[in-house]
Amino acid sequence: MADRIDLSLKINGADHHVSVHPFARLLDVLREDLRLTGTKEGCGEGECGACTVLLNGRVVNSCLVPAVQAQGAEVVTVEGLAEGENLSSLQAAFLTHNGAQCGFCTPGMLVSATDLINRCPNPSDDEIRDGLAGNLCRCTGYAKILDAVHSAAEREAAR
Amino acid sequence: MRGFLPDFDVRVPASLSEALELMAQAPGTFTPLAGGTDLMVVYNAGRLKPTCFLDLSGLAELRGIEEDATSLRFGALTTFTDLRECRAVHQHFPNLVKSARATGALAIQNRGTLAGNIANASPAADTPPSLLAYGAELELVSPRGLRRVAYDQFHQGYKRLDLAADELLARITVPKPSGRGFHYFRKVGTRQAQAISKTCLAAYARIEDGCVAELRIGLGSVAPAPVRARNAEAALRGQPLASLPVAAAREALLADMSPIDDIRATAQYRSVVTRNLLGQMLRELAGL
Repeated sequence: MADRIDLSLKINGADHHVSVHPFARLLDVLREDLRLTGTKEGCGEGECGACTVLLNGRVVNSCLVPAVQAQGAEVVTVEGLAEGENLSSLQAAFLTHNGAQCGFCTPGMLVSATDLINRCPNPSDDEIRDGLAGNLCRCTGYAKILDAVHSAAEREAAR
Repeated sequence: MRGFLPDFDVRVPASLSEALELMAQAPGTFTPLAGGTDLMVVYNAGRLKPTCFLDLSGLAELRGIEEDATSLRFGALTTFTDLRECRAVHQHFPNLVKSARATGALAIQNRGTLAGNIANASPAADTPPSLLAYGAELELVSPRGLRRVAYDQFHQGYKRLDLAADELLARITVPKPSGRGFHYFRKVGTRQAQAISKTCLAAYARIEDGCVAELRIGLGSVAPAPVRARNAEAALRGQPLASLPVAAAREALLADMSPIDDIRATAQYRSVVTRNLLGQMLRELAGL
């Protein structure tokens, strides 16, 4: 059996050091080693987006990322989106517009939408659909998610 | 059911030469790993044989897009997002931008690489038809040196490549089209996003004196590997735009394909729809 490796990474602004199997997945390091269970595993094949996190500022499917490739990286998970006790504009908008129903897709949806608004501050419907194309929701029909993202983008623009 | 973790290991070489040395010392031992967007899916499904991965993702020698007067040279690790964000790619190779947009969604595009898309050798990959249409050339490296292979000679059957056990695909060179060009790309999947191709057709033509002076057509998902549509190309080359032999080209395309029934489409569907794509491409070409 392969020796474990020491992995250092910055998650939601804090430095973490863990000893993991060389081919552990980033998703498992987050959920099982670090107990950051906001990030979900849905399909395990890069289709559903429930495991979406930011890796060095880009959205990725953490179920498809070998942890060794995150050595020294900065990771943002859904736990890192709120500012202390205050929800981000996007999280608040998801509450207001009922953008979450069962909630399983919501962490990935929030991470992807946060990335979208950072890249594209005033997104059109098409731009939101493109930005969230990798996040599947089986409950909402997406309309309320689109409403929430529009509303959050407008609020951010007004800040 | 995931792969059994203790069966797997990974080596992280510090340089390309170290990676090549490791591969030469034990040919066939290592599985090169870049963005992981194909390999990790198979791993997660428990269908990957135990192996030692060779993590290429940190190798600076395999990164970057270089431009000179006649070509663009893509490092193996060029991601789909890099393709979408590169001005020169938009300018010279619009089909490659469309291919990159058509591959998975953003989280896949941020990780998946051009060389991975080629070397994974799925017949349904979306950049290969465009690379075939643009006449791409591959640079393969090993401790024995550098070897260049025309991309349309690289695929030799289902998942069979002209790639030795000690070789890595390092760069992809694509010549810039010159003159009056026509570009066409269309992928047909079940949905707009996150769909794997049922069929895919990319074409590049150079127009001179109202005629098709040069034409390459690349097909995806209709053969054991990405293929050139050489019969359809031959039927169209040299022909005037004003009277393109559409019916003959559609007929010739049948000999370029060997589609099968699978979970995504039937052979019959692929055959009909791919010929319809050619028809649509020719209507656009005739309307130039």
